Order: sequence, then structure tokens, then C-alpha cells
Amino acid sequence: MASSAAAKAEPWKDPGARPYVQVERITKNFGEFKAVDDVSLSIYKGEIFCLLGASGCGKTTLLRMLGGFETPTSGRIYIDGEDMTGVPPYERPVNMMFQSYALFPHMTVEQNVAFGLKQDRIPKSEIRDRVGTMLSLVKLGDFAKRKPHQLSGGQRQRVALARSLVKRPKLLLLDEPLGALDKKLREHTQFELIGLQDKLGVTFVVVTHDQEEAMTLASRIGVMNHGEIVQAGTPSEIYEFPSSKFVADFIGSVNMFEGKLIEDEPEYVRIGSEELGGTIYVSHGISAPPEATVWAAVRPEKIFMSTVPPEGDDNVTRGVVQDIAYLGDLSIYLIKLATGKIVRVTQPNTSRHAEAIGWDQEVYLCWDATSPVVVTR
Amino acid sequence: MRSHEHAARLSVRARPLLERFGVTGRGLVILLPYLWLLLFFVVPFVIVLKISFSDVDLAIPPYKPLIEWVGKNALAIKLNFNNYAFLFTDRLYVNAFLNSIKVALLSTLMCILVGYPMAYGIARARPTVRNLLLLLVILPFWTSLLLRVYAWIGLLKANGVINNILMALKVIHEPITMLYTPFAMYVGIVYSYLPFFILPMYANLEKMDWQLLEAAEDLGCRPWQAFCKITLPLSRNGILAGSMLVFIPAVGEFVIPALLGGPNALMIGRVLWDEFFANRAWPVASAVAIVLLLLLVPFMMWYQSVQARETAGAR
Repeated sequence: MASSAAAKAEPWKDPGARPYVQVERITKNFGEFKAVDDVSLSIYKGEIFCLLGASGCGKTTLLRMLGGFETPTSGRIYIDGEDMTGVPPYERPVNMMFQSYALFPHMTVEQNVAFGLKQDRIPKSEIRDRVGTMLSLVKLGDFAKRKPHQLSGGQRQRVALARSLVKRPKLLLLDEPLGALDKKLREHTQFELIGLQDKLGVTFVVVTHDQEEAMTLASRIGVMNHGEIVQAGTPSEIYEFPSSKFVADFIGSVNMFEGKLIEDEPEYVRIGSEELGGTIYVSHGISAPPEATVWAAVRPEKIFMSTVPPEGDDNVTRGVVQDIAYLGDLSIYLIKLATGKIVRVTQPNTSRHAEAIGWDQEVYLCWDATSPVVVTR
Repeated sequence: MRSHEHAARLSVRARPLLERFGVTGRGLVILLPYLWLLLFFVVPFVIVLKISFSDVDLAIPPYKPLIEWVGKNALAIKLNFNNYAFLFTDRLYVNAFLNSIKVALLSTLMCILVGYPMAYGIARARPTVRNLLLLLVILPFWTSLLLRVYAWIGLLKANGVINNILMALKVIHEPITMLYTPFAMYVGIVYSYLPFFILPMYANLEKMDWQLLEAAEDLGCRPWQAFCKITLPLSRNGILAGSMLVFIPAVGEFVIPALLGGPNALMIGRVLWDEFFANRAWPVASAVAIVLLLLLVPFMMWYQSVQARETAGAR
């Protein structure tokens, strides 16, 4: 989904590329509490990097350290090659869009946007030009003389964005940028934000707890838990190749089958799972000690459901439909296996008169050998 | 529309007797403060106003009645403007008025300089500490003002606490004269009125969104610039409200200048006292009181409008 040019170029795969923002072993303690724990991160020019995690995972603290509002307990931060670790916010080439927008209530939209430029003693005529350009870019040209309390939530969000972009920062930090908007507006604004980022070429670091937002916006996502980055990668890497149970579970929904390795070959593995009541065949090798407990994660949309038994013995199970949720574009089925395990299956409603699978019906579930992801922790 | 009227008529019939005469529960609640104001403000004010227009008399009470029966069927109202004219011919009163305003202005300024940082500190303190600090601000109210002013005498006098400590530390060799000087008077006034400034100031600052300061710093402001450009303009109404609460009563302040200030501390409150009790010139004293009130009305109205703006939340 990410449309920025940088995402296509994938500089993080190029070992020669120089990171634009480098976070080196950053730790931040608040008393006894480790908010950020030994995080290292490389962000490249023109990226939209999303820090994704539940509340309290340390993502906002990490963002605030990039902005200079918190000083790291240990570790260093480099932006464009310069050490920024102890530099106060007013001397950093970084701007932040606050979650609450933090618009100055006693100033008009125009004055809010011009504030940072005035602070830099930029000539009046240039300020006028740049503010005008920026306001028309966020489609607020007609609202220049209004005060923040006379604007809607979406308009305020755009003022905050304009105010943080007008100084042409090397790095723009966005704290839950779309959090206060309603769903329709949020989707619309996501694409606007990507377009704007593409046009201006500013590097974005976005903090969000909304995985859908992260998937849409990001060139890469860093999933955070307990102050650590547990996995960083493109949205599809994170979704299709989660490295741990936590990531698989956090991004989207997933069916997790606990089991033991019974065959461990370089090209394939076979897992015996009591929970599933059968075996799981995965068409790629994994690195795990023999007899180890592993988890096979299967996404609900990758499970096929039928009333007739499928061929083969692997990746097949049987259960009873316990619940159905009709969402319009797709339906969610909760299937109860003989072992008691509930499996979640989604099916797109491609036809308007699909042969209905009803409550309490017995169904067979199966999936491709390429579908499961095996995680060891 | 018609059904609405019908319903209204029905409910009127159902109401108890009192309400048929337009007395509602809501009306009663609103009536109480108005009654209070009428009894304890309007009536005394009218009495003072009446006295201010009468002549001095050697009697009890020491003024002549305003309304008199002359002859059989004639009622004469005699308004005597001499008292007011007298105020503006004798320099004493004009000077006392001007001096009072000067003292009140300076005291207000000092309250702002001392009280603003205190209110700011309380507003930015941790919530647990904040309540304790607020309590400490209010605490002096639990003792009588008079006692507290006397305590200052003990602190400021020639062999008082401050002089003794400074002498013991050998900072000075002979006591500094502080008591009965303008300095002592200002100390007393600022000390006594400081809570009246701090509390509204705190109420204003407490509502402040401190993230705005971070936003300002993010956009290139040093902390003190952020304070000047964001905090100060946003707390303007708090400063005005607090200032009015200090300025208005300080103009008429009587006790503190009398106890701490020297004999030269000529303030209008003291003049008023002397006229009433020493000279028994009630009509002139009343005129002084009325003029003082008229002087303060514009400030009070300004304060009201500031308050209204503050509660409306528009900045």
C-alpha cells in the first residue's frame, strides 16, 4: 500500500546506503521503569517509518527523544550524520506534530503556521509566501484568519501539519497524527499524508497504535513491546513473516497452533499439533532444535472451508461452525475443533448468493503448505 | 402551538398556591442572594449616600435630617453638596486619594511579581505537592488579619526578629529602621493580599495546556521565549483578575497603613476613619466613601468583563 518512492527503492536492503536517522542503543528509564530498552534503529531519507505498539510500549518516549523532549539515559541519536543526543528541541532540525495538535489558541491559523518561521527571523515577505503556499497545500487558504477553536477537528489536524512542515524539517515526528479523526476522515487523510510526504520528501516518523494506519502509511514498521523493537520491516514482511508470536498476534488476527517438530528437513518441516488434532506441513525449513515446541501461525483469510473432505492428511482439520459474523465485504466464521480450539476463518463474500454455511454445520478446514508461519518464541 | 398553551394552562392549575403568584423554586433560589445584597449592600449604601448630602450637626446621630416638614403641608428635601465640594477644595483629600491609588498600584505590581512565579510553581508542581502548596497559600486566612499584621511588627521593629538576626550575623551593626516606613506598609499589604492574587492566577495557569510550550520549543523558542509568547498572553486574564482582587480592596486599605506605615502614610481609608471617629464629621466621611466607590466602579466593571471572558473560555 505504501506509495512513497523510497518504499519502492528499499534503501534498507542496500548495505552501502547511509541511514538518515540513526538511533544507537537508546535506553530511557523513568525511575525504576524502563520505558525504552536498548533500541537501535536506522531510518533512511524519505521514509515513513511507523512505530507501532500498544499504549505504554515506549513508542511515544522514543519519538519524544527524537524530538529532544526527553534525554536518553544512555545511547546516541544521529540525524543526518550529526549527533543530536543532547541538543534541545529548539536547536534540532526536527519538528513534531503533537497528538493534541497543540495549536496556540490565541493565534490565528496564519500566525500559528508562521510562528516557527518568525522565530528563525526569516524576512516577512518570505514568511508570507511560505505560509501561503503551505496553507494552500493543506487546503486551508480560506481559513487563514480563523482561530483554532473555530475549526473542525480535521482542519485543526491540517493546521498542525502545516505548522510542523513549514520549517522544512529534516525529520517530521507525528504522534498519533490521525488519532482524533473519525474513521472516514482518517482513511482519506492517510492518503493525503502520503501524497504530501511524497511531494515534500521529508522523512516521517509516525507513532501509532492503529495497525491499519501503520500498514497504510508506512514504508517500514517497527513493532514495539515493553520498550523494545521486536520486529522492523515492511508492512507485508511484518504481516506475512512475523518473527514472534507477539508480532503475529498484534498485526491482524491469526490462528496459533502449538505443536512439536516431528520432521525437520531443510526444505520442509512437519509439526504435530495436539491443539489442531493433526499435522501441519510447512514448505520451508526453519531453525529450531529438534523436539522443540513451536507455533504455527495461520492467517484467517488463508484457511479454506468446505463441506466435503479435502485430499491429503496434512494441514487439514474438522470442526463445527460456532459463530458467524457478516461484515458485508467478508464474513468471519468461528469454527470449534474437536479439541475445543476455536479457529477463525474469513471468507470474502464474492457472490451475492453464496451457498451458505450455517451455524452448527460440520466443515473441513485446510490451507496451503506455504501459508503457515512457524515461530519459536 | 395550541397544545403547548393548553399544557401550560393545565400545569398552572396543578401547581401549588405559591407558584400561582409567580413564585417558583428557582425564583426563590435566585431571590436569596438578591435579598442579601439589598439588605447588606444597597440599604447601607443608600444610608451613606443620604448622610453624604446632609449637614453636620452636634447631635446623635451627628447630622441633620435630609427630609423635613416645613410649615403645614410642605415637605422639603435639602441636598447639601458642600461635603463633595469640600473634598475637592481641601488638598488633603485629593492627596489621600492619589496616594491610595499609588500605593494600591505599586502593591498590585509587587503582588504580580511575587505571586505569578508562585502560582506558576504551584500549577506545575506534581498533583500531590500542589494541594499542599495551595493549602499553605490559604493557611494564613485561618488567623485574624490583625494578628498577622501585629506579627509583622514583631518582625520589623528595631529590636525585632529580622534586626536581631542581622545583628547576630554581623551583617549590620545597628538596627535598620523598617517599622513605620513605607517599606513596612508595602510588606504588610503585599503579604496580606498575595493569596488574593495567587488563587485566581493559579486557577488560570492550572488550565494551561503545557504541551503548547513544547510545541513552541519545537518551533524554535527557547524556554523563556516560549514563556513570553505563549504562557504570558494566555494567562493575561488571570493576571487581570488577580490584580483587580488586590487593587480594589488595597485602595481602601486602612488597618495595614495605620499599624505598619509611618504617620506620613496618608491613605483614604485612614482619612475616612479619622473623619468618622475623630472628627465625627459623618457627612464628609460619607462623601469620601461615595467618591471612593465611584472611583472603583470602572475597575470593578473591568474586572467583571475579564471574569466573564475567562469563564466563557474565549481567549
